[in-house]
Amino acid sequence: MRRTWRLPRTVGLALAGVGLAMMVYGVYRGEVEQVFTKGIQICLECIGIG
Amino acid sequence: MARKKSLDRRRHGIQALVALLTNSYLLGFIQGKIYRGPLKQLCVPGLNCYSCPGALGSCPVGALQAVLGSRRYQFAYYVAGFLVLVGALVGRFVCGYLCPFGLVQELLHKIPFPKKCRTFRGDRLLRKLKYGILAVFVILLPLFAVDAWGQGQPWFCKLICPAGTLEGGIPLVLLNSELRQAVGWLYAWKSVILGVIIFLSILIYRPFCKYICPLGAVYALFQRVSVFRYRVDRDKCVNCGACAKVCGMNLNPVEEANHPECIRCGRCKRACPTGAVSCGFTGPRHQKKQ
Repeated sequence: MRRTWRLPRTVGLALAGVGLAMMVYGVYRGEVEQVFTKGIQICLECIGIG
Repeated sequence: MARKKSLDRRRHGIQALVALLTNSYLLGFIQGKIYRGPLKQLCVPGLNCYSCPGALGSCPVGALQAVLGSRRYQFAYYVAGFLVLVGALVGRFVCGYLCPFGLVQELLHKIPFPKKCRTFRGDRLLRKLKYGILAVFVILLPLFAVDAWGQGQPWFCKLICPAGTLEGGIPLVLLNSELRQAVGWLYAWKSVILGVIIFLSILIYRPFCKYICPLGAVYALFQRVSVFRYRVDRDKCVNCGACAKVCGMNLNPVEEANHPECIRCGRCKRACPTGAVSCGFTGPRHQKKQ
């Protein structure tokens, strides 16, 4: 049988913190604008036209 | 069996509710246009095309490719951070409960067919394909296959994603005459992919999630460390195999409760006759070393 609880949950919480910090940095860099600009236009590639 | 059906019904209800909430821009379906408001700055956790007329948020896979493929950025901290955050908190629980395309495949699998396929030769190996698709089509090609202006393309969305065709392509082409006139070989290609996935979904449980989905591949990386976890109590387990028997992903929770392929649907928990399978954000109070 393999172990079912391999690493303590603190590892997950720490990673979640890293993710949150990355998001904040991304917002600070202005990446949200890029996401927004792409999101409000019909993505022709996504729908199979572009 | 009745327990499994009851849990699936409740879970399908949650999946449907999430799909409705994240695609509730009804005006888009009437006008053949997409939502252009501020919520599009946010990503949704599941695979949900942001060109779906009803979509309120952005697809994380599409957004990741959009930022990586832009001239301005070489790394997508915002979207990658979102994926790390969600993955570290709940892992592939997103696949089981929050992904609209997962729901579509599950409903298709309910269609009766003479011979459903539970597994086949090469199944395990083929499940690694999604990691390759993530690396090549979502990360490397948008970053490096750029045009003269340094602009990359969303290669996964363009060449593979059947969710984009189903949620965005079909409704927009039906509702928007300008787009209808622009339909060409790419649309035909993506329609074929969607058709194949639809057919395979009737035969196989969630084929797109198992073999292709790059979002599932990202969340799978966090399964063993995520805060939300499954656990099998060895003292209660009688090795009856009931959990493995009901698992749609063809896994054995007793061997590994937090397997990267597990979508955390909870069927195993319900099927267990002794209550040995549990899940949650907190561990047992008196955890034994295993």
